[in-house]
Amino acid sequence: MNGLINSSLRQLSAALAAKKVSAVELATLFLDRIEKHNPALNAFITTDREKTLAQARNADQKVGADGTAISPLCGIPLGHKDIFCTQGWRTSCGSKMLANFVSPYDANVVAKLAAAGMVTLGKLNMDEFAMGSSNETSYFGPVKNPWDVSRVPGGSSGGSAAAIAARLTPAATGTDTGGSIRQPAALCGLTGLKPTYGVVSRYGMIAFASSLDQGGPMAKSAEDCALLLNAMAGFDPRDSTSLERPAEDYSRDLEQPLAGLKIGLPQEFFGEGMDADVRAAVDAALAEYRKLGATTVDVKLPNSGLSVPAYYVIAPAEASSNLSRFDGVRYGYRAPQYDDLTEMYSRSRAQGFGAEVKRRILIGTYVLSHGYYDAYYLKAQKIRRLIAADFVEAFKQCDVIMGPTSPSVAFAFGAKSADPVQMYLSDIYTISTNLAGLPGMSLPCGFGANNMPVGLQIIGNWFGEAKMLNVAHQYQKATDWHTRMPEGMK
Amino acid sequence: MSLNLEDVARIALLSRIELSATERESTRDQLNGILGFIEQLQAVDTTGIEPMAHAVDVVQRLRPDVVTETDHRADFQAVAPETEAGLYLVPRVVE
Repeated sequence: MNGLINSSLRQLSAALAAKKVSAVELATLFLDRIEKHNPALNAFITTDREKTLAQARNADQKVGADGTAISPLCGIPLGHKDIFCTQGWRTSCGSKMLANFVSPYDANVVAKLAAAGMVTLGKLNMDEFAMGSSNETSYFGPVKNPWDVSRVPGGSSGGSAAAIAARLTPAATGTDTGGSIRQPAALCGLTGLKPTYGVVSRYGMIAFASSLDQGGPMAKSAEDCALLLNAMAGFDPRDSTSLERPAEDYSRDLEQPLAGLKIGLPQEFFGEGMDADVRAAVDAALAEYRKLGATTVDVKLPNSGLSVPAYYVIAPAEASSNLSRFDGVRYGYRAPQYDDLTEMYSRSRAQGFGAEVKRRILIGTYVLSHGYYDAYYLKAQKIRRLIAADFVEAFKQCDVIMGPTSPSVAFAFGAKSADPVQMYLSDIYTISTNLAGLPGMSLPCGFGANNMPVGLQIIGNWFGEAKMLNVAHQYQKATDWHTRMPEGMK
Repeated sequence: MSLNLEDVARIALLSRIELSATERESTRDQLNGILGFIEQLQAVDTTGIEPMAHAVDVVQRLRPDVVTETDHRADFQAVAPETEAGLYLVPRVVE
């Protein structure tokens, strides 16, 4: 039974279909592991055994006598990042502001995965309102990295990453505004995919920066991510930027050989700033790809160095607008004492939001304010166009782009929390993808200093998810980095 | 461009976030650090470049003007800090 914690989703699906295990037994296995290991990790912030087991019983009834289920994911448990509204579950977004918010409805992603028969194990910790790269901004305390509990798991989807790495769940949802799926996936040694903007519905996913936010799967392998994305993607009329496209089978190209694949290497991703241990692991992965028949070509992303400063204008601007909804009137925290309406707003927001969220609202308000809009916000939007245009040029020469996901392996708690700009630079290789709306993923490619995992980033062309998953899967068939798990979690 | 304490107070008011006097000082320093970092954008020549507001070029969809939602008022108000007779309660704004 305990062997199932390392199984792929396909293997779990086969075991469920053959009735070797029931959805209830599977859910119980992971709930028991959460009970045992979560106190040391703080990855899950809400669990509800009764609700989970009720869903599992329901899933068991959907597997017919002949083993056919409504979907290949039926009966498989997963955790949801606490940014996804989940009906009847507390949905806190990692904030005191929503610490008592029990969602009256399901996010589109939650509803789709439930309709596929997946069983919710609980809600996963995250940086407050997804603003952070280390999980240190969560109101519920930081998540610990299962590979070394004195280090951060990355952020903002740090709870999702830590829970999968520790085998407390086979899969999880995440969201990525500037690297929040890929960076924690890299720091915890797993596989995560941020799809092309508009592929996964944002309905019910609490908004941070709406032109950048995108939900996606996190799991142990590319194959698992493909199966999850099949269930998560699709047009949703309730998200005004959801794209109307024919449904895709993202697993269709997994087994394609890589002979002739052209990998673009942006010189800007291989310069100063990347630690030597990260570089060694990424170089070794590229050597493996050459063995698999791929060729590499140097490409240029000359404006990518501007992506972090452009992002820290655009994302806070959008956040300051999105987070104006938290006013202590319709839902969320309300300050206990106030004399008038303005004071009620200002105190509720002062007490309900943490320091990083307030900082970003203030910056965003400033760059949008009268007299500064053109100099900051409009300027950043023009630079965003330049960054996106660089990718159009680069993809004329290659099928996918590769580089490091993060400039370093997981760092120690407190190492970057005193200086916001240092923390922002953790996402230096991931942010340009969000600005351009491109899909990006991270997969484990070895270990660096102190035996901490290193992530390889794959950036695809717009709607290139099936290709990226193919490229990642072929590497994972030739290597076993994605199968490693932290000793202490066995 | 560097913010002073009055600027910080004005931005905090616009943001509806109460800041104490000591918070205003630390906030000023942190915001100036971030603004110093994003200042490098000003050196880039963007003449003739169209601003990119969104990751994909989409136009707002129109839908038929028909009722699609059912009444969820009770569910939605169950999570509100204070309601009465279907209304959200806030401090008096008209004397």
